Amino acid sequence: MFRNQYDTDVTTWSPAGRLFQVEYAMEAVKQGSAAIGLRSKTHIVLGCVNKANSELSSHQKKIFKVDDHIGVAIAGLTADGRVLSRYMRNECINYSFTYESPLPVGRLVVQLADKAQVCTQRSWKRPYGVGLLVAGLDESGAHLYYNCPSGNYFEYQAFAIGSRSQAAKTYLERKFENFTDASRDDLVKDAIMAIRETLQGETLKSSVCTIAVVGVGEPFHILDQATVQQMIDAFEIVGEQEAPDAAAGQEASAEPEPEPEQGAAAGEGVAPMDI
Amino acid sequence: MTKQQANWSPYDNNGGSCVAIAGADYCVIAADTRMSTGYNILTREYSKICKLADKCVMASSGFQADVKALQKNLAARHLIYQHQHNKQMSCPAMAQLLSNTLYYKRFFPYYSFNVLGGLDNEGKGCVFTYDAVGSYEKVGYSSQGSGSTLITPFLDNQLKSPSPLLLPVQDAVTPLVEAEAIDLVKTVFASASERDIYTGDKVEIVVVNAAGIRREYMELRKD
Repeated sequence: MFRNQYDTDVTTWSPAGRLFQVEYAMEAVKQGSAAIGLRSKTHIVLGCVNKANSELSSHQKKIFKVDDHIGVAIAGLTADGRVLSRYMRNECINYSFTYESPLPVGRLVVQLADKAQVCTQRSWKRPYGVGLLVAGLDESGAHLYYNCPSGNYFEYQAFAIGSRSQAAKTYLERKFENFTDASRDDLVKDAIMAIRETLQGETLKSSVCTIAVVGVGEPFHILDQATVQQMIDAFEIVGEQEAPDAAAGQEASAEPEPEPEQGAAAGEGVAPMDI
Repeated sequence: MTKQQANWSPYDNNGGSCVAIAGADYCVIAADTRMSTGYNILTREYSKICKLADKCVMASSGFQADVKALQKNLAARHLIYQHQHNKQMSCPAMAQLLSNTLYYKRFFPYYSFNVLGGLDNEGKGCVFTYDAVGSYEKVGYSSQGSGSTLITPFLDNQLKSPSPLLLPVQDAVTPLVEAEAIDLVKTVFASASERDIYTGDKVEIVVVNAAGIRREYMELRKD
């Protein structure tokens, strides 16, 4: 994407019929650290990679609880994400107050999308630079939506956004047919595996990722580090055995990973800001 | 020319009584379950008690439509607080919020007479008592509603601590144990039901302590 004379204003069309500012906003999403979501018939799992500015700082919060039945994971400008989460929380509270029932997820994403669209049609505004994976449960079942800065929204069975998300998407595309009937624990495992794909060689430990679950009988909550680390340890052992079978001759480098990890898991790096 | 009087009132009084007693590590909040209008009973099984936070419970008598609106308002504000602070509101914080919410409608008040009970940050029982426009005070025990004129003198006799101006400073909370306080509450409601027509049917007793919140009921006179 090159600089050109049609990209100064969000309200300027290019001759090819594109709004460059909106497309640049979507680039911001691609630069953010990865976030993934996947769903079954009864549960949705969100996961994200924690990026800290330096060894000294804590990492940013990228997964927000919006209501007992809705949660959101963001990628891109986290400040914009925080503001939109606050808006979503407010909408849920107001709906509950008026109708004494939880806000249907489909309604919330439309409101969010319309809010994003406004910013693409006012010369004094700029688009939100954040992509949101909205996970929610309502009467019509489990849903996972992706809201873009452009004001579009899509429903997904599984999706990944942010940097190196293509690796996760490839993994999800391979496995998604099993998700509908998967158990809650299998779904969480798949989420962790998808996150591992985005790390591409970095050691996978619970301080690097955050996982959140919402489902039937299970209000939205973020899993604590210990639980996540346990799940990682559990399937790392399986992963060790799988690697020789996986791709004949392709993944020789995968083998040395497991051993240093078991030691690394005990000594933690940066602690997250809050849970 | 005499001044024109209103031919309609936005308020109604649904009657009932509420009581709360604070102990060293517990708090008892109780209210009868009768909802009436005029000389009629609307229902014998209406709860006037609402859990606002983990360790904070409110009982309100007066106009129940206003009470319901007030409870919903506080519940919504509490959710916002939880999102922002990542924790539940403490009882003293909720007490201040309730006072501000009531005063906000100073010129069209919530017709709601409240007692707030729960545990403070140190786990000690606390009771806050309010008027309709938010004036409040932390006390060791309190009663509001139609039976309060019958109940308060009895509680004063059993629980009143000496003047707070005396030294050494005495705690407002009662030295009674939980079981004794519950017994006192039952006695008090049984007595109030005898003479107050708006109090009766059942008393709902809620106990807040370190283990959590539990609820029990006792039958009262149905007349």
